[in-house]
Amino acid sequence: MSSVTAQKRSQTLVIVSTTLVVIWLILAAFPFLWTLWGSFKVQADFFSKADWTNALTGTFTEQATGSAFTGRAYYGAWVQEEFWLAAVNTVIVVFCVVVISLTLGTLGGYALARSGYRYAFWLLMVALVFRAMPHITLVSGYLLPFFEWNLWGHLPTSIIVLVAINQPFTLWMLHSFFLNIPKDLDESAMVDGCTRFEAFRHVIIPVMWPGVITTGLFSFLLAYNDFAVTAMLLSQDNQTMVPKVASFLGSTFEEGNVMFAVASVVSATAPLFVLVLFFQRQIVSGLTAGAVKG
Amino acid sequence: MPHRTFLWFILPSLAAMILFIFFPIISVVIQSLYVEHEQVVITSENCGPFGCQTETTVDLEATQELRDAQPLGRFNGLGTYVNRGHLATQELATAWAESESLGAFWGQVMNLPFYRALAFTLTYTFVCTPLVLGLGLAIALGVNGLPRVFRGPTIFFSLLPMIVTPLIGSLILFWMIDAEGIIGKSLQVLLDDPELSLKASPTLTWITLIIYGVWSSAPFAFVIFYAGLQTVPGETLEAAMIDGASRWERIRYVVIPHLAPLAVFVTLIQLMDNFKVFEPIVGFSAEASAQSLSWIIYNDLRGDTQRFGSAAATSMLTIIGVAILLSPVLIRTWRDFNRKRV
Repeated sequence: MSSVTAQKRSQTLVIVSTTLVVIWLILAAFPFLWTLWGSFKVQADFFSKADWTNALTGTFTEQATGSAFTGRAYYGAWVQEEFWLAAVNTVIVVFCVVVISLTLGTLGGYALARSGYRYAFWLLMVALVFRAMPHITLVSGYLLPFFEWNLWGHLPTSIIVLVAINQPFTLWMLHSFFLNIPKDLDESAMVDGCTRFEAFRHVIIPVMWPGVITTGLFSFLLAYNDFAVTAMLLSQDNQTMVPKVASFLGSTFEEGNVMFAVASVVSATAPLFVLVLFFQRQIVSGLTAGAVKG
Repeated sequence: MPHRTFLWFILPSLAAMILFIFFPIISVVIQSLYVEHEQVVITSENCGPFGCQTETTVDLEATQELRDAQPLGRFNGLGTYVNRGHLATQELATAWAESESLGAFWGQVMNLPFYRALAFTLTYTFVCTPLVLGLGLAIALGVNGLPRVFRGPTIFFSLLPMIVTPLIGSLILFWMIDAEGIIGKSLQVLLDDPELSLKASPTLTWITLIIYGVWSSAPFAFVIFYAGLQTVPGETLEAAMIDGASRWERIRYVVIPHLAPLAVFVTLIQLMDNFKVFEPIVGFSAEASAQSLSWIIYNDLRGDTQRFGSAAATSMLTIIGVAILLSPVLIRTWRDFNRKRV
């Protein structure tokens, strides 16, 4: 079938579509490569007033450090400005959010997939509305009570808030994965005398991992990429990476700080890069699972 | 599944959502009805050789005490909703009465912070969404025509703009379009205008933000459409070809109808996500010329004097906006659901 299409396809069309894809690839990838390259320069090169080729040759970097590449920005960000602390906080927050939201989500998603009652449908609809709400509107609801109850600023508070914000999405996704697991599987276990929970534990848990891993990737992304919640609910000492990057920008008047931001931006992007590298298939299947079911 | 078992399974998840999504909404409703205490002012009369003067001083201690005692502030009813920072009913009425043309009225409305933010948010949402759909479809068709070996790496690089943290993605582009960055500089050379700055004019800032929005969301539409293209029915395509349909006709009458449900899904997700637009404005430092609803809430909440009442009122209006945006979907689901029952 595809060979027939290939023959019929005109030469110009191939050229046009290939050009389009190539342009898109440049648009998608070049900013990252450029920033990665620039993060090893000094500010005068990355933002070159005189000549943009300085960014390539590293003229000022060579003048300042004696070599065309420098790790100064990384040293400044990670050591001087204690970006490592933010990285540790991010690891804690993201790990806890993923584990807790998957635990709650698998139980809830399983129940939603197996219940035929109307309220299960309405719960999913409510979850959809919750998913659409800008996170900052919820944050404005948290702040005052959290101040009053002295909950503000701590990592556990943000973790639990992120878990809750994550739930609507996690429920939707796991619900559609559990719908794909045949009902007969757990029902036959229950005929054999298992309770519902035992059936879930012994029959469903062993087969649910592909769906759980995919959903986990998306909760990871949500927690990792969050700015609104972590920027507003964490104190200075407990900041995670994204608010920390934003805080570098607040003081752009001092020289060097922009480069700290550039270095930390590259550092924060690296894990995502690795994630896509290893889990591309799961991410694509996760995105489409929602659509095909939708 | 019996109700009882269902409840036990869903309970933890439901509790989290009620505690941290539903209650905050209630908290927002309550906060929006209150406003910060005014400062306690002491008026004293000082009589000197040149007559008497009344002097007003702020009693900081008493103000602090009052604020600690009633952190919520004082009851204001719907006052916050109609003040200048939000719906600005009075200002609207005056502007309507005074301005001679519709254009002048519009100009006055655009000076009101809430309407300015609403205008940007809606423009962003309704310009980005169709562009994302179009670009996503174009890339998907393009990639689908590539030899199989190239598809994997193409998808890998395409995913990057979507997967990257929105704030970080916008910063990366922001540094490039800086007047001294690579794109900003190139544009200056290309357009032969050394003064050109993408940050200076509101229109250019809006365009930049929209381009960022399309850049970061197009991969999502692309992946969905690409997956859809893999399942286009081969027989239908072949039948269309035998009937003499051109390539364009095949796309128009076979592929696009097949992708239509996916397009509805992408549109729904995009409308929801674009309406939330917030991080790009922080990343691009665009607040001078473009403010979104989320951004004005953020602005009220940060800094030393946090205006909870004002933020809560904007939040309520935003939530109502989300509800209006989602209402077609909800009504349709409601109808489908009722039809199924009958």
